[in-house]
Amino acid sequence: MAEIERETETPAAEEKIAVATQWQLMWWRFRKHRLAMIGTVLLLFFYVIVIGADFLAYVDPNESEAQRSLMAPQPIHWMDQGRFAPYVHPLKGIRDPKTFKRVYKPDLETKVPLKIIGHGYRYKFLGFIPSDLHLLSVEGAKPEETLFLLGTDLQGRDLWSRLMYGTQTSMTIGLVSVALSLFLGILLGGVSGFYGGGIDTVIQRIIEILRSIPTIPLWMGLAAALPGSWSVTQVYFAITIIISLVGWTELARVVRGRFISLRQEDFVMAAELLGCSQGRIIFRHMVPSFISHIIAATTLAIPAMIISETSLSFLGLGLRPPAISWGVLLQDAQNIQALAISPWLLISSVPVIIAVLAFNFMGDGLRDAADPYL
Amino acid sequence: MVAYIIRRLLYAVLTIWSISVLAFVIIHLPSGDYVTSYIASMSASGSAVSEGEAQALREQLGLDQSIYVQYFKWIGLILQGNFGMAMEWGRPVLDVIGDRLALTIVISLAAIVFTWALALPIGIFSAVHRYSLLDYIFTFVGFIGLAVPGFMLALLVMYFGYSWFGLNVGGLFSPEFAEAPWSIAKVWDLITHLPVPAFVLGISGTAQMIRIMRSNLLDELRKPYVVSSRARGLAENRVIMKYPVRVAMNPFVSTIGYLLPYVVSGSIIVSLVLSLPTIGPLLLKALIAQDMFLAGSIVLLLGVMTVIGTFISDLLLMWIDPRIRLGRH
Repeated sequence: MAEIERETETPAAEEKIAVATQWQLMWWRFRKHRLAMIGTVLLLFFYVIVIGADFLAYVDPNESEAQRSLMAPQPIHWMDQGRFAPYVHPLKGIRDPKTFKRVYKPDLETKVPLKIIGHGYRYKFLGFIPSDLHLLSVEGAKPEETLFLLGTDLQGRDLWSRLMYGTQTSMTIGLVSVALSLFLGILLGGVSGFYGGGIDTVIQRIIEILRSIPTIPLWMGLAAALPGSWSVTQVYFAITIIISLVGWTELARVVRGRFISLRQEDFVMAAELLGCSQGRIIFRHMVPSFISHIIAATTLAIPAMIISETSLSFLGLGLRPPAISWGVLLQDAQNIQALAISPWLLISSVPVIIAVLAFNFMGDGLRDAADPYL
Repeated sequence: MVAYIIRRLLYAVLTIWSISVLAFVIIHLPSGDYVTSYIASMSASGSAVSEGEAQALREQLGLDQSIYVQYFKWIGLILQGNFGMAMEWGRPVLDVIGDRLALTIVISLAAIVFTWALALPIGIFSAVHRYSLLDYIFTFVGFIGLAVPGFMLALLVMYFGYSWFGLNVGGLFSPEFAEAPWSIAKVWDLITHLPVPAFVLGISGTAQMIRIMRSNLLDELRKPYVVSSRARGLAENRVIMKYPVRVAMNPFVSTIGYLLPYVVSGSIIVSLVLSLPTIGPLLLKALIAQDMFLAGSIVLLLGVMTVIGTFISDLLLMWIDPRIRLGRH
């Protein structure tokens, strides 16, 4: 804010601000919010993963093999004799004769060269472009037998590849749920704020009731009732609906507040006196002046949705295998025994925390930027 | 004032009623009914149930009646304190829940006390020493607290407690007290086990509260009355504590209504990770076994508990905020 004030001291800058559109003002303010910019870049990065999960994974995420159970993350050697030539040492699994645990030893004699952007298992990019290109592949061996960037889980599935697909699911489920919540929130919040009176009271009571119920038991009850025969996609959408059931209340509250405060503005009165239709007043005059607030509130609502999905799946009531999400991945890390033996299973918590923080930072920045004249 | 209390009471009753409907819906959502699952469990143990027997059982339990009749019957029984049988346990629901419900309340209260005890002084400090190093540190920690979901924090605490200190942080009682009858020593044992769950459950609420307290107090500190009391030479401590903090605390009390369902909600899932003997693990087990009477009763009881908590917070708010007491908003 102080920086904007300084800018206004020069007449040229003042003129620039005077003629700038609302979105330009927002962008200028947003740019100054350093944390928000960091958050935005991080989120772009996450959504690149969402789009390119198939490319970034190097083995089929459901490819399991008991012989490769619970392998620790494997380091990549980037340089070979002073040249850039990434390679890994192949791992050999043997059973410890004393503890009967499987232990893995690297074979330091052999080097398996890695190829940046190479061929691997087949997939359809974006669901329709057939391809077999992957960021990493192994020369002269099968990647599922040699490469374990983040280790493997109990069933011997590669965690790196699973994490890529988990990111895809978890980051989109947040968006779908928020879209649904936004629809309900704008509709009900708008009706509540625009018409007021009895209908407002009813909607406000509903919101109050929904907010006073502990959400997790409610979600658990609803999610547990989803038929076991449902497909992955059906469960995915059912979960988004369950999450949005409570999620819309906060957005409705914001929309209602905006409607009520805008109703008293002179320009709305002017439009009314000029004989504008109700639809025109709402969509042409009122909505553009609070859309930025809605965007900010929406951004701040997404992390809560991501946490909800992760928690439900963690409990085993959300998405079910073979679906992969951050919550499903964390299910393996549920008890101290598992964590003590294989702490790398906890790695899926890192993207959850970063994504939630990034959304919060970006939302905070957007909220501040939404009031350029503040 | 009386009108306000009555209105709040009516809302509370309305909310409890809606929760009962939701709980009933949850009970009836899975396909089939109690008899279907009874038949399944009987045939699993080798004895078959004939069609006639099933029909008789349905009639006896009233499951052949319309859904509305069933709902009113269920509510009628609950009003008499009869929550039905927990199928898996073969005991009345209340028997199974009893102690666990009490422990859930204890843990939730501990988390809220933790939240307040930490958020109030830190919020005041952050507002008074705005942009100081400590303010930045608290803001940062607060953000982390908001971003890490409770169950994940529990996992991390458990993992680092184990790998760094060799501690097993789970549980609410030491092994020797777990099955013991209640005594002073057992209560003390419980108290010494409370800090970890209270911390895990309370931290995200604390982060929110610090932010609320900080921004409220900042708004208050800019007001002319603060300047004037300073001009009159009041001690700085008094200038801040006497009025601005009191005013800034208002929203603090009002949010306890939202904090409570939030904490109870969190306690369900955190209990599973830290293996606390609360109602959470029981609910999960009941849901997975489709023991819907037990699950529905738990959802109902938790809901009622939070509604009562919210009602108390409303009364508290009325007590500290004269504007509400006098019926002006």
